[in-house]
Amino acid sequence: MFGPEQGHFALALACVLALVQFAVPLWGASRRDARLVGLAPYLAVSQLIALGYSFLCLVMCAVSDDFSVQNVAANSAVSKPLLYKITGVWGNHEGSVLLWTLILAVCGGAVSLFGRNLPDILRGRVLAILGGVSAGFQMFCLLTSDPFDRVFPAPMDGQGMNPLLQDPGLAFHPPILYTGYVGFAVPFAFAVAALIEGRVDAAWGRWVRPWAVAAWCFLTCGIALGSWWSYYVLGWGGYWFWDPVENASLIPWLTGTALVHSAIVVEKREGLKIWTVLLAIATFSFSLSGTFLVRSGILNSVHAFANDPARGVFILALLAIVIGGSLALFAWRAPSLTSTGLFSPVSREGSLVLNNILLCSICAVVVTGTMYPPFMQLLAGRTISVGKPFFDAATIPLTLPLLLAMGVGTALPWKRAQLARTFSHLYAAAGIAAVGLVLCFWKLSGILPIACGALAVWVIAASVSDVLRRIGIGHTSAQGVWERMKNLPRSSWGAALAHIGAGITILGLCGMSQAEHAIVEVHIGETRSLAGDDWTLLDVHDYIGPNYKAMQADIAIRHNGKLVTILHPEKRDFTTQSQTTTEVAIHTNFITDLYGVVGDRHGTGKDTTYVLRLHRNPLAPWMWLGGLIMAIGGAFSLSDRRMRIGAPKRAAARNMARA
Amino acid sequence: MTRKTRRLWIVIACVACVGSAAALTLRAFSSNIVFFMAPSQVKANPPSPDRTIRLGGMVMAGSLHRINENGTPVNAFEVTDGQAAVEVHYTGILPDLFREGQSVVALGTVQKDGGFTASEVLAKHDETYMPKEVADELKRTGKWDPRFGKAPDASSWDTMTAKKAGG
Repeated sequence: MFGPEQGHFALALACVLALVQFAVPLWGASRRDARLVGLAPYLAVSQLIALGYSFLCLVMCAVSDDFSVQNVAANSAVSKPLLYKITGVWGNHEGSVLLWTLILAVCGGAVSLFGRNLPDILRGRVLAILGGVSAGFQMFCLLTSDPFDRVFPAPMDGQGMNPLLQDPGLAFHPPILYTGYVGFAVPFAFAVAALIEGRVDAAWGRWVRPWAVAAWCFLTCGIALGSWWSYYVLGWGGYWFWDPVENASLIPWLTGTALVHSAIVVEKREGLKIWTVLLAIATFSFSLSGTFLVRSGILNSVHAFANDPARGVFILALLAIVIGGSLALFAWRAPSLTSTGLFSPVSREGSLVLNNILLCSICAVVVTGTMYPPFMQLLAGRTISVGKPFFDAATIPLTLPLLLAMGVGTALPWKRAQLARTFSHLYAAAGIAAVGLVLCFWKLSGILPIACGALAVWVIAASVSDVLRRIGIGHTSAQGVWERMKNLPRSSWGAALAHIGAGITILGLCGMSQAEHAIVEVHIGETRSLAGDDWTLLDVHDYIGPNYKAMQADIAIRHNGKLVTILHPEKRDFTTQSQTTTEVAIHTNFITDLYGVVGDRHGTGKDTTYVLRLHRNPLAPWMWLGGLIMAIGGAFSLSDRRMRIGAPKRAAARNMARA
Repeated sequence: MTRKTRRLWIVIACVACVGSAAALTLRAFSSNIVFFMAPSQVKANPPSPDRTIRLGGMVMAGSLHRINENGTPVNAFEVTDGQAAVEVHYTGILPDLFREGQSVVALGTVQKDGGFTASEVLAKHDETYMPKEVADELKRTGKWDPRFGKAPDASSWDTMTAKKAGG
């Protein structure tokens, strides 16, 4: 019922359905044949069913320990816990490509189900584009990385999974991150459909924005989760490597953030149309290139799964078709889109334009820093690399004006603003930011952290004061405030939340720039102090886990003689894979993380010493908390009635029914 | 506000932002690019002590020992590419996959005495994996031909000829 052959067949069926989904609605739309266009949603849903079945087959193979399947034999083992048997399905190259196409099919299904109020032709074209991209990736899956390959003779047990990947955080990281990446396929499809149609209007902006916001929320969560994973699993005390794979997720996030903002201008003012279409294309192109960077091995990194040239060439061809094709279409059709809404430089639109320019500049810097080393190697044969110092020096100065504009932007009205009046709304926030600046001078060192910290306080204060002003605190009665709170659109609440989240993340980053650490070698019972805390190694003992041997240390942390916590970091030795992993111990009070790692044991008997690494990370949890708040803000604005697709139409229908 | 003046404003903003982004990038590149060097290149023309480089090679078997500098444990080991070896000092916990006789990449600076002080030591997840730079360097110097199997044990490199490695 759920064997690998059935799964393989279902995958091939889904690929054919995707090809039909690509060709028929496009052909039908050009002939104005409503029946052919109307087929698109049915095709999209049947493709989703076929692909879902195929994915289920692969999961069943992994759960039932069918080691005759190459993919399961290479990545699973009988002794693996059930959760990791399931999540291990997407912990490898073949499975992750299948997951990617499944999420793309889910997007197609979602457009079919939630897009009932879209014009038929537009929906048909959007689904056709999604089907085309789907077909490409499914072909990639079938031809170069078939997850259902059999192996003969079948081994008795699988080779198991990298113990580093056996972690609940990483188990759910890929699906969330991929949903973010793939979700931008929908705005991309909308952009291409609009180019084919030659028309972009406010309604288009309203249809695109929820999809972009949803994808952005997932991508934000995915990046935050990945960074958190590398913080508490890899045990090096940092949170972001500026590794090519991490940058590959940051780049579409930057352009996606710009897209979410510029789509507002299309929706409200019918401006920035061409630019928004270009951003939608660019964001998905960067998402695709992100997968390409990971999969092809052009950029080797800790995360890479596969280094197979055939796959690289296939992906490269796929990228050339999708990105090159859409950009060519853009060059051909974009001039026919004209903007109407006029605005002065000092206005809400103006601030959104500034936001877009700055985000894209930061994105350009990150792209340059990521792509320059491999290009240099290709062209000049010199091996170079750039790391944190480069990215810090080049991106932080561009972030400062962005933060400044974030605070001012929400206070500006559309079309034209009077500076004096706008500033009068911002006095309170500026005052709080000044206090923040003083606090930063006191607590932080370094010009950039101080400036970033003060501006983050400014962003938070300006967002809060903006909401307070809109609900009329201090101007109207409690009753009036309550009424206004109810009437304030959820997208305004969402925007304020997202901006506050961004401010909190920046504060977390500033705090982390002041992190302190010490590497010490101690006997049992010895005490060392780090930044005002006394760390004592109480005891070290060995124990045997399910599939590893572990050395666990007990470290007591005292502050002014009072016990704060006892940390239990471990070092685990996985014998089957001959791998060692480090289990970090973290104590957090949501303001400071105390982070302990146990290293090697040296010497014997009374002279045994242990190497410990001790970190004190101020405000570390805020980085991920801010990311979560940003995503919640996005989700909140997604629940806005105006953001739901076709809401006005539906409301009109309901009114008619009532009448 | 006409269309023309608005466009002018946008162009000015774009030029300002992109220009400063380019300036920042170039400035950051000029001081922060990290070059990869093999031990023999470091020996031949040592970079200045304020320049961060990536040193890659194999950890010489039997070279790892520990020095205690005022209570901080320092790991000392030699990294070789078969032609020369550089002594690396690293304060900290060596990565879980660090092994003698296996490849390693260290980030740090070359001291005046020719030693290397690492701020970061990277060993990759896969134990059969060799950083591309190290593999290229080994192939270039003729110490290893991938057609004839695994890379030889690092301890033998200084005395080994290209012929022996290939045969």
